[in-house]
Amino acid sequence: MKELIVISGKGGTGKTSIMASFAMLAERPVVADCDVDAADLHLVLAPTLRERHIFMSGHQAIIMEEVCCNCGVCVPLCRFDAIQEVTMPDGTETCRIDPTACEGCGVCVNICPMDVIDFRERKCGEWMISDTVCGPMVHARLGVAAENSGKLVSTVRRQARRIAEEGKHPIIIVDGPPGIGCPVIASITGASHVLIVTEPSVSGEHDMERVLDLTRHFGIPTSVCVNKWDINVEMTDRIEELARNARAQVVGRIRYDPSVSRAQIQEKAIVETACPCAEDIREVWKELALQ
Amino acid sequence: MILAVASGKGGTGKTSISVNLAKMLSTPVQLLDCDVEEPNAHLFLRGSLIDEEEISIAVPEIDAEACNACDECVVFCQFNALASFCSTPLVFPELCHGCGGCTLVCPRSAIREINFRIGVVRTLIDGNITLKSGCLDVGVSLASALVHSVKASLEEGITAILDAPPGTACPAVATLRGVDYVLLVTEPTPFGLHDLKLAVDTVRELHLPFGVVINRVGIGDDRVHCFCAQEHIPVLLEIPDDRRIAEAYSRGQMIVEALPEYRAHFERLWQAITREVGEGTVP
Repeated sequence: MKELIVISGKGGTGKTSIMASFAMLAERPVVADCDVDAADLHLVLAPTLRERHIFMSGHQAIIMEEVCCNCGVCVPLCRFDAIQEVTMPDGTETCRIDPTACEGCGVCVNICPMDVIDFRERKCGEWMISDTVCGPMVHARLGVAAENSGKLVSTVRRQARRIAEEGKHPIIIVDGPPGIGCPVIASITGASHVLIVTEPSVSGEHDMERVLDLTRHFGIPTSVCVNKWDINVEMTDRIEELARNARAQVVGRIRYDPSVSRAQIQEKAIVETACPCAEDIREVWKELALQ
Repeated sequence: MILAVASGKGGTGKTSISVNLAKMLSTPVQLLDCDVEEPNAHLFLRGSLIDEEEISIAVPEIDAEACNACDECVVFCQFNALASFCSTPLVFPELCHGCGGCTLVCPRSAIREINFRIGVVRTLIDGNITLKSGCLDVGVSLASALVHSVKASLEEGITAILDAPPGTACPAVATLRGVDYVLLVTEPTPFGLHDLKLAVDTVRELHLPFGVVINRVGIGDDRVHCFCAQEHIPVLLEIPDDRRIAEAYSRGQMIVEALPEYRAHFERLWQAITREVGEGTVP
C-alpha cells in the first residue's frame, strides 16, 4: 500500500486543490486531511459523515481557585509563563492557569504544596470518518487554540491506514499542513512518497528548500511540482534546478489559472471542471506514476 | 503598539502586508518574523545581518553514576522524552518540551540540564526596520518555543509588527498572546472564508481586538464580505487581484516600491489600525 503526502512548506501554494484532483484521478484511494488546524479538503470533496470521535490528548492543569492559598510556589516554576496571580471579584487573591499557554507538563501539579491543582485529560479536537465520491475520507478539526496537533495528525493517518488495509485500498492520499514543524513531521514520517507543491516566488523557493531538507532528513522519496509556474518563468527554472540537485523528481508544472477559484466556489475538484490547468494536473498525476 | 498579522489559511499575504506596512512607516519599527517554520520576511528586505543568536531549550542529562533507575522521571514526563530499559533512562531531546519536571522529581539529583539547540533568531536592519527573524532548525518540532524567543526580543515603546505563522495551532497562538491588535488577512474564496472563521474563533478565544484585510478581491465571491458584515468585523483594507502584485512578490519586491500607486492603501490601513486600537473595540 502506498501513501502519498502532499505538502508545500509555504502555505497557499495550491496543495488542497491539487490533492483533491488526485483523489478524483486515483483508483480506489483512501483520502485524509492532515492540515488539522485549517482543514479545507471537505469543502471540495463534500464528505458524508459516518463517524465522529472526540480527540483527547495530553493534560491540562487547572487550579481549584476556591481552595488555592495563593502561595505562588508554582508561578516561577512554570517554564511556559502560563500561571498568573489574579484578584477574584471578592478581593481574595489566587493563581490561575491560562489554558492556551499550558503545555500540560505537570510541574505545577507536582509541586503544589496544597495539592489543589487538577490535572485533567484535555479535549483537543475531533476526528471523523466520512464517505466521498472518491472513497473513504479521514479528517479532523483541532480545537480552538488547542495543543497536540501532531498527535491528531498521527491519529488521522493511523485511521486512514487501518481503513486502507481493511478495505484493501491500494493508495492513501494525504493533504498535509504547511511549514516544517510538529504537524508536518507527524504527517510525513514513514510515508512512501511526498509531493511538494511550490510556487515560483522567492518565498516559494526558500520554503521548498527547507521542506526538501526535511524530507531528506527522514529519507522519504520526494517529488516537486511548481504551481502557477508562468507567474515567474526564471524562478520556476531555478526551483526545478534546485529540486533536481537535491535528488527530488520534478513531476511537471501547473499553469496560473484564475478559474481555480471558480471551481472552489462550485465545490468541485479542478479535474471535474473545464479549467485549463486540469490538463496539467492530470499530467503531474501520471508523472508521479503511483498507480 | 504591538500588531500581529495572522490568518487561518496560508499564502493569503501575511508577509506582504507585514513588510509593506513596516516599509511604509517612517518611524522606527520592529518587525518580528514569528513564522519560524518558514520565515520569509527577510527575503523582502535589503540591509545586512547584524546578529545571529542560537536558541536552545534545557533538556535533561542523566548522571549514570548517581541514577538508581527508580524511573520517577520517566513516569513524570508527559511527552515521552525519557524511556527506561531497567537502567539509566534514555533521553529523547527532540520530544522534550524543556519543562524541567524531571530534574524536580529526581530523588537523587542525578539530572542536570543541558542546552538543546532548536534554531536561531537573526537580526537585520533595513532603514527604519529592525527585523528579528526566528528560524527553526530542520527536523525540530518545537516551533512555539522559538516563537517565545523571538517575542522576548520585543522592545517597549517601539511599534512592533509580528508576522504570524498560518493556522490556529500552538505556534500561531504563541504569536498572538499579548498583542494589542490582530490583522487577519484572507482572500474571498471558500477556503479563505472557512479558515477566516477558524482564525476569528481563535482571536475571540484569546480576547484580542481584530480587523480583516481582504486580499485578491475579484478572484472569488462576496461571502467573506457578507460574513464580516454579519459579524460586525471591520474590513480595514481590500487589495484588488492584480497580477503585477503577484509578479513583484515573486521577485521579492515590496508592493509599495514596485507599484507606488498602492502606497496609499497601506497608509489608509495604518490609519485604520491606529483608529481601531484607539477606540479599543473588540468585535
